[in-house]
Amino acid sequence: MSHDDNSGISRRHALECMIWAGTGIVWTMSGGVPTSTLLGTANAADAGFSFLQISDSHVGFDKPANPNALSTLEEAIAKVGKLPAKPAFMIHTGDITHLSKDTQFDDAKQVIGRAGLDVHYVPGEPDIIDENNGKAYLDRYGKGTKGYGWYSFDDHGVHFVGLVNVVDLKGGGMGNLGTEQLAWLADDLKAKSASTPIVLFAHIPLWTIAPDWGWGTQDSAQVLQMLSRFGSVTILNGHIHQIMQKVEGNVTFHTARSTAFPQPAPGTAPSPGPMVVPAGELRGVLGITDVVYRVGNQALAITDSTLAG
Amino acid sequence: MNSLLRTTRRSALRLAVTIALGAACPQGMALADDPPPAKVTIDNFAFTPATLTVKLGTKVTFINHDDIPHSIVSIPGKFRSKALDTDQSFEYTFATAGDFDYFCGLHPHMKGKIIVTPE
Repeated sequence: MSHDDNSGISRRHALECMIWAGTGIVWTMSGGVPTSTLLGTANAADAGFSFLQISDSHVGFDKPANPNALSTLEEAIAKVGKLPAKPAFMIHTGDITHLSKDTQFDDAKQVIGRAGLDVHYVPGEPDIIDENNGKAYLDRYGKGTKGYGWYSFDDHGVHFVGLVNVVDLKGGGMGNLGTEQLAWLADDLKAKSASTPIVLFAHIPLWTIAPDWGWGTQDSAQVLQMLSRFGSVTILNGHIHQIMQKVEGNVTFHTARSTAFPQPAPGTAPSPGPMVVPAGELRGVLGITDVVYRVGNQALAITDSTLAG
Repeated sequence: MNSLLRTTRRSALRLAVTIALGAACPQGMALADDPPPAKVTIDNFAFTPATLTVKLGTKVTFINHDDIPHSIVSIPGKFRSKALDTDQSFEYTFATAGDFDYFCGLHPHMKGKIIVTPE
């Protein structure tokens, strides 16, 4: 009997499982599909492993939407330390800093380092606006990467790919990967069997959410085509400072909250800029994302939690 | 080369006129052949005005009023600003006539155009 199979588990069945197991069930949302995890079996070491996503720290941001983005990053990292199961590592999906300044990179490194986890980064647009067009980022995070900082690695049988879609942006366009990176990706994926779970992460969403706000990547269709033969694909992004999820075939798309400030939902504001929320509500719209991979499960379980929780 | 020479000559002439007028000319007063400076503001991830028409030789100031950095990048690469933090600005003097499309290098959906008319 499988209790964490996400293919059509009914509420009644879930309740039966609860009675059978004599314990509670943690519900997580995976791409809009509810996935249940028995509390008693939620041992990452047995079931698989988990990793953590943080995004859009904007260290250096000090405007009304959050006068101290460094302190909310500190809160987010403190929350990471309190997770019941220690993540295997962390990914940061860009906008580490607000202006690519050395002090901002240094502050981010110092605070994020407190989590005691390996961190895999991809840059956001504000991370490559130093005088040398991205050298500051690559000096810090570019070791072992290709081009402007893209790379892949394997962990627990999952193939992870970090892509850069914030360089050489074209007027009127959205995020951009470019031909060199796409060729590298095609080559990188070639040797992988179709049953290898793929987790791909980049700053700007790889599916089009709001073209008039630039929330999409103009050449992402080629990436999705390359991924179509894989049974399990999870795409994690940041940039839009809010959670959005979509499932398309075997691909689950998910965007994370920011640790710095919220941005409005498309169509609800004149621009995607920082959104000021009433005092006391900020921490309810900032947060971190925990991703659990369980062996045998097609989709990864993604749990978002806010700094207020 | 010719246009560069012309520009240099014009600059030299202006310098001479400036020196000649000297004390008679109130400080900061623009010369008759200097078109007034123009401004493009960035608010809510948009350039205002989106299309600006100026005379040849006009200095245009782009100023960022947003809480997020923006930049000015011309298509196809005539001018490019560094990232502008809140209330920072970038100036560019348009020395040739024509249409100049530009966008924000960080948020490329933001587009604008400067139309420079001959003197």
